[in-house]
Amino acid sequence: MSTQLAAPIDVERIRADFPILQRRINGNRLVYLDSAATSQKPQPVLDSVDQYYHTSNANVHRGVHTLAGEATDAYEAARDRVAAFIDAPRDGVVFVRNTTEALNLVASSFARELLEPGDRVVLTVMEHHSNIVPWQLAAERKGLQLAYIDVSDDGRLDLRDLDELLSPPTKLVSLSHQSNVLGTITDIRAISDAAHAAGVLICVDAAQSVPHMPVSVRDLDVDFLAFSGHKMCGPMGIGVLWARPALLERMPPFLGGGSMINRVRLERTTYNVVPHKFEAGTPDVAGAVGLAAACDYLDAVGRDAVHAHEQSLTQHLLDVLDEVGGVRVFGPHDVNEQGGVVSFNIADVHAHDVGTILDRAGVAIRAGHHCAQPLMQRFDVPATARASVYLYTTHDDIDALAAGLADVRRVFRLA
Amino acid sequence: MAAASLALRRLDYDETAMTSPAFTPVDDDLYREIILDHYRNPRRKRAVIPADRTVAANNPLCGDEIDLTLRLIDGVVADIGFEGRGCSISQASASMLCDAVSGLETASAAQLAHEFRSMMQGEPRGADLGDLEALAGVRAYPVRVKCATLAWNALLEALGEPGEAARG
Repeated sequence: MSTQLAAPIDVERIRADFPILQRRINGNRLVYLDSAATSQKPQPVLDSVDQYYHTSNANVHRGVHTLAGEATDAYEAARDRVAAFIDAPRDGVVFVRNTTEALNLVASSFARELLEPGDRVVLTVMEHHSNIVPWQLAAERKGLQLAYIDVSDDGRLDLRDLDELLSPPTKLVSLSHQSNVLGTITDIRAISDAAHAAGVLICVDAAQSVPHMPVSVRDLDVDFLAFSGHKMCGPMGIGVLWARPALLERMPPFLGGGSMINRVRLERTTYNVVPHKFEAGTPDVAGAVGLAAACDYLDAVGRDAVHAHEQSLTQHLLDVLDEVGGVRVFGPHDVNEQGGVVSFNIADVHAHDVGTILDRAGVAIRAGHHCAQPLMQRFDVPATARASVYLYTTHDDIDALAAGLADVRRVFRLA
Repeated sequence: MAAASLALRRLDYDETAMTSPAFTPVDDDLYREIILDHYRNPRRKRAVIPADRTVAANNPLCGDEIDLTLRLIDGVVADIGFEGRGCSISQASASMLCDAVSGLETASAAQLAHEFRSMMQGEPRGADLGDLEALAGVRAYPVRVKCATLAWNALLEALGEPGEAARG
């Protein structure tokens, strides 16, 4: 990664693009440290959605009128834009609602036709529920085995048994590129090489990586990649499954309905070509347009620059947490191996209490199990507090968090 | 209200409408000494064995868990205990509940639960709830009210009022 070469970003100029950052919360300026849950949206993205509805709204892939053509062009142009953003062939881009739906699509369609009873799917202990539960459902339906790559005490994947896990009857490994709880970045290329050498396919939950760093499907050499628009400055309700087109060809449809058909007779239906075979019903065209605008926005800033900015913020965050006193940080504690996501607990204070006290100061963090209960069990905690940063986060924001955490200590009488 | 919100344009919103009057540092109306004391030194935090009633309550959104166990003798809560984990409000509330309810007739225990919930909903019925009134400060934090009522809903379910419990 050419992180060192990236020019520093102009955070104040970027912040001016995000109207919501002007909000005041409980009398304080908003300090938004919850971008791993969802990012805020810049004006160009808001404008693109607005403009679509103002000028070009129509249903896509049907109708011969001018607006229908414009809407279809905008929707398909968004597909091209997203494909370019992740450096992948465009016919593999399936628009879905979010990462969860993308992973459900894979677990449903891929498992139904391309896996056999007794086959094994390998996951990891640090997965979001959305990369566990769909596989449990598929395993139940299809008689699959599930196995899990463990997590070390410092929040990295324990890959010592990888070769054994990838041996027969394993057919697929599905894992996150960056943990939504620990921030741990996994070397996906190393795992995709090992998987492919063993004849195993690889599916990647990239919800936490695509928004924050350059991600190339070609370089990672993965078979499936899932991510959400709303975590990368795009609208809520639009997400992407990228899959090798040859795999999509062999997979049965996920949902049936309009758009995904070729010819429908009462006896049987033939399906549309990929990726349309997987897009039943009227899609979120405005969402796709907004997502394309988000791609433009992030590329204009530069994802290398975003990543470098976040590394600097994350180091600051880790330093602050070390200084507060009584804080336990979960995860690698190394900005070269983690993105801008840090989970922690303070003494015996529950994360929800930390969250409430910080909110009074306008500081928004996430508190809870982060849809990763198996990982909480791995570290034997009911919940953690999590601070996460993005391109609009400032070092002042981190200092505001530090001040808020000092207040947590005061309120809970931690000497 | 909804229509008015839709009419707002971008940065033209009325900022004062979105902010509380003044910043008051978090204190003491939420995290009172007695709440922290029950959180750190929970009373009756053990399972009653054997139990006549067992209720496992949890909030799947935040992960708070409270398992309530009761022994009933002649219509009286002869023994009650809880196990669980979660935030200070949920755990302190469970601890205070066990203290308050132990030895009460079941009808009185249910009535206390209703009075507690009324207080948390901002409609106190006027009864003196003693130490439990320390939890009234949670009302100012609407997203946290469910933390305080979790154990009380479990109690109502244990006492055979699941319909009431579901109302939250």
